[in-house]
Amino acid sequence: MRTTPFILSAAMLALLAAASTPAAADGRLTVYTYDSFTAEWGPGPAVKKAFEARCGCELDFVAVADGVALVNRLRLEGKDTQADIVLGLDTNLTFEARATGLFSPHGVSLARVAVPGGWDDDTFVPYDYGYFAVVYDSEAMATPPASLKELVEGDGDDKIVIQDPRTSTPGLGLLLWMKAVYGDEASAAWAKLKDKVLTVTPGWSEAYGLFTNGEAPMVLSYTTSPAYHEIAEGTTRYKAAAFAEGHYLQVEVAARTVKGEANPLAQDFLDFMTTPAFQDAIPEANWMFPAAATSAPLDPAFERAVRPAATLAFAPEEIAKNRQAWVREWLDVMSR
Amino acid sequence: MSGAGVRLDRVEFSYGEAAMRFDLDVAAGEIVAVMGPSGSGKSTLLNLIAGFERPSSGRVLIGGADATRLPPALRPVSMVFQENNLFAHLDVARNVGLGRSPALKLTARDRADVAAALARTGLSGKEGRLPGELSGGERQRVALSRVLVRDRPVLLLDEPFASLGPALRREMLDLLRGLQAERGMTILMVTHQPDEARALARRIAFVEDGTVAAFAPADEMFSQAGPSAFRAYIGA
Amino acid sequence: MPRDGRILAGMAGLGLIGILVGGAFAGLIHEAARDWSGAGEAFDAYLFRVARFTLWQAALSTLLSVAPAILVARALARHPAFAGRGLILKLFALPLALPAIVAAMGVLALLGRAGLFADVLGGWSGGRWPGVYGLPGILTAHVFFNLPLATRLFLQALEAVPADQWRLAAQLGMGARASFRLIEWPALRAALPGVAGLVFMLCVTSFTIVLTLGGGPGATTLEVAIYQALRFDFDPARAVALTALQVALTVAVVALLLKLGAGMAADAGLPVAPRRPAVAGGVERWVNAALILASLAFVAGPLAAVVVAGARADLARLLADPAVHRATLTSLVLAATSAFLCVALSLALAAARRAMEMKRRRDARPSFLERMLDTGAGFVLVVPPIVIGAGWFVALRGTGQLFALAPVMVVAVNAVMAMPFALRAIRPAWDAASARHERLAAQLGISGIDRLRLIDWPAVRRPALTALAFAMALSLGDLGVIALFGSDSVQTLPYLLYARMGSYRTLDAAGLALLLGVVCLGLMMLAEQGRAERGRPELRGEAR
Repeated sequence: MRTTPFILSAAMLALLAAASTPAAADGRLTVYTYDSFTAEWGPGPAVKKAFEARCGCELDFVAVADGVALVNRLRLEGKDTQADIVLGLDTNLTFEARATGLFSPHGVSLARVAVPGGWDDDTFVPYDYGYFAVVYDSEAMATPPASLKELVEGDGDDKIVIQDPRTSTPGLGLLLWMKAVYGDEASAAWAKLKDKVLTVTPGWSEAYGLFTNGEAPMVLSYTTSPAYHEIAEGTTRYKAAAFAEGHYLQVEVAARTVKGEANPLAQDFLDFMTTPAFQDAIPEANWMFPAAATSAPLDPAFERAVRPAATLAFAPEEIAKNRQAWVREWLDVMSR
Repeated sequence: MSGAGVRLDRVEFSYGEAAMRFDLDVAAGEIVAVMGPSGSGKSTLLNLIAGFERPSSGRVLIGGADATRLPPALRPVSMVFQENNLFAHLDVARNVGLGRSPALKLTARDRADVAAALARTGLSGKEGRLPGELSGGERQRVALSRVLVRDRPVLLLDEPFASLGPALRREMLDLLRGLQAERGMTILMVTHQPDEARALARRIAFVEDGTVAAFAPADEMFSQAGPSAFRAYIGA
Repeated sequence: MPRDGRILAGMAGLGLIGILVGGAFAGLIHEAARDWSGAGEAFDAYLFRVARFTLWQAALSTLLSVAPAILVARALARHPAFAGRGLILKLFALPLALPAIVAAMGVLALLGRAGLFADVLGGWSGGRWPGVYGLPGILTAHVFFNLPLATRLFLQALEAVPADQWRLAAQLGMGARASFRLIEWPALRAALPGVAGLVFMLCVTSFTIVLTLGGGPGATTLEVAIYQALRFDFDPARAVALTALQVALTVAVVALLLKLGAGMAADAGLPVAPRRPAVAGGVERWVNAALILASLAFVAGPLAAVVVAGARADLARLLADPAVHRATLTSLVLAATSAFLCVALSLALAAARRAMEMKRRRDARPSFLERMLDTGAGFVLVVPPIVIGAGWFVALRGTGQLFALAPVMVVAVNAVMAMPFALRAIRPAWDAASARHERLAAQLGISGIDRLRLIDWPAVRRPALTALAFAMALSLGDLGVIALFGSDSVQTLPYLLYARMGSYRTLDAAGLALLLGVVCLGLMMLAEQGRAERGRPELRGEAR
């Protein structure tokens, strides 16, 4: 009889919840995204305004914590999801996202899209991209490492804060970066890097907080991080180190759900995403590079950002296939 | 309301290791002193009548009716303990008023009765005091006031004046006697004081080893011919 | 046997907890039914290491929090007029309300690689201070959270010792040692297993602190593994298996703790005393003062760091920010709702347990139900909120009601998670009041709601308000459930704090941490005032 109280309570909660269900209406598009996108300082408000002006409809954002939570949310909701569009997955997640069978081909032209390495996916449409980078405090460190190799083999006194690949996207990014550079030697490289790692935080926020508090002179972040400090805070103290081996790429994408096929606004939105009206909101609100042309040139701070010597990236299916094994390998080295 | 007879008919009760068995027949309106060594079962005897303990066999009859299974509040009985008779956070008037309505929903008539009971026990003017602001004697007067407003035919007292001084104790005994004269309730009072027992009770029930070992008029019990165990107990 | 309303209320409370946890498990198990392989694969050498570390750090943290707390509580109990005592106790409630990352930053501001004491510590150790990372860091942060909590709970146990015993001790000329052995230790020992169990459970489930201060993935708790299983790998089978393991290990340890200690005995005659005489003298006075000041420094240091960091933020702008207003209001409403639900649940459980204890024969062993009402319900603490959240999410999908689920879940989970704390505050007072009033209430026929209104509530109001404040503080700082749903319908202060931190606005986050602390302190003051103003009559008690 275990199910009886369960059903009862489900009914009870449903009753409690009934009052606040959003009504489904015509001329309405629901977009699931992560919360820093919809934050008042994020690109969400400008995007909403621009798209609503274009379509004469209503755009609703539903925000969850991050890209991983987006996939989980969709997986949990399945075909009953309210989402027409899911915006905020990255290339580490697209393979698993596609495998859920909950996304439909976008059917829009990718002609305006410009991301490093090109783009020809039939389901996911990019809206911005960035490179992982080691950001350093120029007041605490005069000469940053010039390559990943220098970082790995450098002085143990210059500490770096990194994120845990089990719980964080940049953490996984560094794991892939090391793998892309060192291949089968990645384990040995991690064993050397370990001494320079001050601590491994669960997410980007904790790591960056420790870094700006002066706990360590380096942190794993993005090549665009210095642009934030320069534009928003007027300081050039924090800089990204250019690595000779190149930098690992992260492309952020959106896609239409199976449910969104029935809503013509969904396709319209994906198309809108690659226009300047959308892209203008990206650089100084999402602090990433736009995936298509903006109406005005970017702030010079972006122009000064590190230009990677090479773009490193694994194919999504390769990441999906190896992620657990690679994380396990990382754990073994780092727990020793 | 006048008193009601109390009869314990082959009442058996076990408390941990100790097994007790009581037979007792108290007439309506009678005053009985219950005496006996510590741990002999005096309080248990009262608790069985009040309904705080349930016998494993036998019957408790009050006013001829079987009360064995009745919960305490439904028995025609009031009980005054040695302490903890009052709720510390409620003032005097409310503590008494609880005797009339357990929800403290008092009618004008109830309030008048409360005032009258407090006047009768000499507590006029102290309606608003909290128990912590009263002396020990005054607190027991409040308990007696509540007995008055409850107006039940049987009154049980478990060493109610044990912590009071001699003069105060005499005063309280006078009050108790006076109330009994007015209301005619049946009284069973546990006490260790021979003078208290003599002053109040016509009969003495002597409890020893979990049973009523003797039940006889006070004069007889306190005379040379009294049971030897009782005489040893009072140190005669 | 006639059913007692109090037992029914307790069973209803237990039922609610059971539904919350059971429903979540049912949802996950249903989802896992498709593929159970993850459950078996979870048990490997890596898991063994993680489980061992989880228990090891939790055991050490408990020892280091509880042992000093006993001394500090005793010092505070022996100096009722210690200057600033009230403020110290309020400060001691604050760590609970801080999100783990804020506390970690506070600790690092002092003991970190760039901390205030880095130069001094570096001078001692010769060379550059590496920062308090690794096990020492984890332990320091856990003690920061739990030493004040344990101190408050122990102090409560000491203050429940009847005043007569203190007078007796003073009269007999008992020294500090004798009165500790004969009076204080028995009271502390009765409270010890419960307090230690609570602290242990909190440390078992530690997540952010262990990862952030642990220095590397060698420091990983089961909670991290569960989080990883659910969030990154989406493997419900593994999550269920790991949660079951976490609960089983904790039950085993806490059961062992309970075996060591005596049961909580309520003193029947308890006359809530006027202030007991301060009995400490001479050298002891200085030792106690040093103890209190040391613990204060330990707790206030990181708090001061939070204040200093917060003061650097643009507080005026933050205070004028509508998003901050909304988040503060949301936090207060959610915390208040969970706290009330929590206290109601705890009262129901305490009442039912006491009623059952009185029903059974004195020498009989407590029944399973009675034990569940007592310690059993506390184990809900080690069921990760993310498991409850995800389970219900799965269970309710298809109903189309997921949007509205988040606030309900936040309230329910926080209420249940705070319940073990509330129960610890409420139960001794409830039992003592019951021992005093039971016969009288039975005789006068006061029962049901009248009894609660007239008799029981006034007697437990003070501890209930303490419990309320505790529960509110806990709920204020919570992020667990919200983090999963991340629903914009429940933007609380900690959530906003994390959001700002997650988009470079570190200063804003520091300001919000300060605001969170101030809000919590305000709540503590309100609760204490409620105790002082309306609770005064009981203070006088019914002295003999």
